[in-house]
Amino acid sequence: MKLKLGLALMATTILGTAFAATAEDVTISIESWRSEDLSIWQDKIIPAFEASHPGIKVKFTPTAPGEYNAALNSKLEGGVAGDLITCRPFDQSLGIYEKGQLADLTDLDAMKNFADVAKSAWSTDDGAHTFCVPMASVIHGFIYNKDAFKELGLEVPQTEDEFFAVLDKIKADGNYIPMAMGTHDEWESNTMGYYNIGSNYWKGEEGRLAIINGTQKLTDKPWVDAFKSLAKWGAYLGDGYEAQTYPDSQNLFTLGRAAIYPAGSWEISGFNAQADFEMGAFKPPVPVAGQDCYISDHTDIGMGMNAASKHPAETKEFLNWVGSPEFASLYSNALPGFFSLSNEPVTLEDPLAQEFVSWRKDCHSTIRPTYQILSRGTPNLETEMGNASANVIKGTETPEAAAARLQKGLASWYAPQQN
Amino acid sequence: MQNAERKPRFKWHILVFLAPAVLVYTAIMIIPIFDTLRMSFFADVDNNQVFVGWQNFKMLFGDERWADHFWNALKNNSWFFMIHMLVQNPVGIMLAAILSSPKLRFAAAYRTVVIVPAILSFVIVGFAWKLILSPLWGIAPWLLDSVGLKSLFAPWLGKEEYALTTLSLISVWQFIGIPMLLIYAALLSIPEEVLEAGECDGLTGFSAFWKIKLPLILPSIGIISILTFVGNFNAFDLIYAAQGALAGPNYSTDILGTFMYRTFFGNQLQLGDVNMGATIASAMFGIILVGVCLYLFAIQRRLRRYQF
Repeated sequence: MKLKLGLALMATTILGTAFAATAEDVTISIESWRSEDLSIWQDKIIPAFEASHPGIKVKFTPTAPGEYNAALNSKLEGGVAGDLITCRPFDQSLGIYEKGQLADLTDLDAMKNFADVAKSAWSTDDGAHTFCVPMASVIHGFIYNKDAFKELGLEVPQTEDEFFAVLDKIKADGNYIPMAMGTHDEWESNTMGYYNIGSNYWKGEEGRLAIINGTQKLTDKPWVDAFKSLAKWGAYLGDGYEAQTYPDSQNLFTLGRAAIYPAGSWEISGFNAQADFEMGAFKPPVPVAGQDCYISDHTDIGMGMNAASKHPAETKEFLNWVGSPEFASLYSNALPGFFSLSNEPVTLEDPLAQEFVSWRKDCHSTIRPTYQILSRGTPNLETEMGNASANVIKGTETPEAAAARLQKGLASWYAPQQN
Repeated sequence: MQNAERKPRFKWHILVFLAPAVLVYTAIMIIPIFDTLRMSFFADVDNNQVFVGWQNFKMLFGDERWADHFWNALKNNSWFFMIHMLVQNPVGIMLAAILSSPKLRFAAAYRTVVIVPAILSFVIVGFAWKLILSPLWGIAPWLLDSVGLKSLFAPWLGKEEYALTTLSLISVWQFIGIPMLLIYAALLSIPEEVLEAGECDGLTGFSAFWKIKLPLILPSIGIISILTFVGNFNAFDLIYAAQGALAGPNYSTDILGTFMYRTFFGNQLQLGDVNMGATIASAMFGIILVGVCLYLFAIQRRLRRYQF
């Protein structure tokens, strides 16, 4: 009973402070799913803004990533959402904008600092209205343990054959788990797995747009071949990877127990703080030696204004600052791995982040294939992608069957795929 | 009673005393239930709510994009309920029978230990068990290893064939104290004379439990069964805390509650659909209503009660 009382007290304290914060007059608050960044916002970014903008206090109030969309929608419906909304790319934010819950920011001064392609993730389909200030993109690849590679005498793989040869060697040695990934949370399987290696198969934008306009199907060779490659991963994951969650994978790698981590660049700052070994990164290996390489350089995060904000002037002031070169440099360096989308070039200090961003020079950039338009219907393609990728890795569904199921689901509501 | 000869007046105090309960109950239960039922007959067309009759229900039960998930969730939910009926309640009764034995020492301590998990939050239970069973950091693989049975270990929460049963048993572990307490109270209320009379006729020990005590606690078992039924078909928290809204692996632990949550509030890129969410909630309401009615008319009325 004591415990229960303690919990109740804790709950009231948390609720109490939350209410107190919204009651404050000059305070604007930020909704975000980046709970890992709490200290960076509180210690670096917000103080920098508050120093140059007296009279405005900013509060960063993140939700867990998995619950963010649901929580945000409910908060917006209930009229209790914060003034600033961190925007997911494409339909999630577009949907909120169309409901009139996000303000139109097309005329915001800071928008001139961004190219159309940067704004595309937060613009209406015709590009006429933009509703979020682009903040950053994330790049997919693999982070590896340099010490482990040195110890085993391994070279960074360029092609897929080399990639699996490296994994075989790590497995044969037995000291390290070859690759840290689990299928428990499902989204890991497609985000870090399928989209990561897949863009080399479907040739980035070419394949992505072909699915959108209906000239390719998910059952076509490139899409199935990517699943076939992914199907080989299961053998290289740790014992009991079926029950391994995303935080488990992160810990497994940063504790030095796994050699390779299929990553998104957003991991960099967390890993820098956790790992006490040297880390390197390599881009997704190409299936055929010498072919062009494609990377997933995903417009991931933007910031918009709650249309129901009680402090629109202050909120816009903050957004203008978010669009400024000052913020771009501050943010990209405080959070290495989130690469600014601003036209202004930003100098990065983190070597791992430099490695990731250097691929932009050699490879073609694309974004995750399901994010634009294709996840508007039921069944939801993004959710099904995670489910199918996890099944393929576990071997409970063949690549062909998974692709056929995804195609059937997409064709059931998406007209361009119905012929 | 000095005013007994007066004309009976309208008894305002009854209304006054009923009002708080009626108002609160109406505000937080009755209105939301009817509003949910109402929402399940509407659909969102260009951000406007339009009346569509039974279409949502037809889709939920008939359109394979929804029906596959619905029947899967219903099947899983039934299995979840079965495990509770087959494990939680019999074991609960057994524990109560042992506890009520006058020869048992430290009965109060055991009682407390068994009831403690029931007062823990789902989040704590889900997280603790996830850690215990974790193939990476859990103590379950380590314990099995220390007795040389590591080969029996599997990542139970990550395997389609085990995950739901594992979670059901975790839920049983958490709530076993509730049937135990109810049965325990029922057992204590059986008068000594009845048992002594049985003893004179030669009924002792196990046969006394079987022939005297069990019939006398049947009404309590009925109540427990129906509470389990309602609780299980409303369950959500444990699955959500342990497996997340997708109720993986591959929807194998998806029950009606998680299916409803995912649909209503959305998930990742999937936007929330309040109307289909409300439709699932209405279906859950219907299932529970039918189950409770069946129980009340078919079983409750036939249960014999004994007065001492």
